[in-house]
Amino acid sequence: MFATAIIVFREVLEAALLIGIIAAATRSVSGRNRWLIAGLLAGLAGSAIVAASMGAIANLADGVGQELFNAIILGIAILMLGWHNIWMATHGKAMTEAASKVGQAIRNGQQERSVLLVVVGLAVLREGAETVLFLYSISAAEGSAPSAIALGGLIGLLSGVVVGYTVYKGLLRIPLRWFFATTEMLVLLLAAGMASQAARLLVQADILTKLTTPLWDTSAMLPVNSVPGMLLHSLVGYDPKPAGIQLIFYVLTLAAIAIGMKLANRSLSPITKKGNLS
Amino acid sequence: MESSFKPAIKFPSFLVLSIVTTAFFLISAMAGENENYTLVIKDHRFRPSELVLPAGKKIKLLIDNQDTTSEEFESHDLNREKVIAGKSTATIFVGPLTPGSYKFFGEFNEKTAQGVIVVR
Repeated sequence: MFATAIIVFREVLEAALLIGIIAAATRSVSGRNRWLIAGLLAGLAGSAIVAASMGAIANLADGVGQELFNAIILGIAILMLGWHNIWMATHGKAMTEAASKVGQAIRNGQQERSVLLVVVGLAVLREGAETVLFLYSISAAEGSAPSAIALGGLIGLLSGVVVGYTVYKGLLRIPLRWFFATTEMLVLLLAAGMASQAARLLVQADILTKLTTPLWDTSAMLPVNSVPGMLLHSLVGYDPKPAGIQLIFYVLTLAAIAIGMKLANRSLSPITKKGNLS
Repeated sequence: MESSFKPAIKFPSFLVLSIVTTAFFLISAMAGENENYTLVIKDHRFRPSELVLPAGKKIKLLIDNQDTTSEEFESHDLNREKVIAGKSTATIFVGPLTPGSYKFFGEFNEKTAQGVIVVR
């Protein structure tokens, strides 16, 4: 039961942290909760489908279909997070104003809602499919009582949700002056970490064949299966043995989104001054 | 101003298409040239539990899961992680590796599914 709880927790944690951060970042988008829940449900439904067709997915593309599939999911999530940050760079001021007035949500949040839906859905899909497969696999194995598995799974799931919710609540306590800068920074690092993960998958699939040797090894100092290692992995993409290409993906994503934010902020400043969002 | 952002929503599908196409070209362009090795998963154990690989070469590792349940091949030492559905074979590329031993395990059955790759 305990082992089950830990594995489920590990899978849930990454999605929970991401959802906590993105939920905070979109705090003043109207109808946010509805879209967040829709994303969750879509992700869960998708998980079941992906889990059921994992064998078929894996056999695609000469046996590296799973890596491609996950890399594409990460790629879409990176685009959405990057887009969120660039959008925020132009609307941040209005968001701050809206957030400071209780109960007033900004109306023009349609794109933000799509981002919310897709990012949450994909995060749940990625981690959820593995969790489903794991739970199915151990419940089919002999010698483990179904009730113990269900309880372990539930404990793992709830612990993950608690961490995500704590992050969300913690972020909301940040004074508004720094709030959006903080969430933007977190989202930026999340996206960069995802890019590094995508690069690792493409190396594993032998699609990226250059710069694949690890640059350094910090696994003795900070193992990725330790609690701080897991948190840092999920939040900023910590990898104890990163291949050179992973670092390149990380830095390029970071730079691309940061430059996009700068440009968007500059080009749209006259409109922002008008203060008219609709 | 809203209209200026609309294409961003459509963008991912275009990107997905281009990623997939590029990927398939890359894959078909580089068939062969790798040394193949096979690990079998049976009764939630790896066979062999110690696999000797040559140093300095790229290795195509085939993992044949003969159990009916899925397993997740995981190795922190190799920085590799992959779910393998029941009754199926998965491909993982590793290396070129430096001599040493690299532990791996099956995350879904960590008690029994343990093994090590020894690179010489």
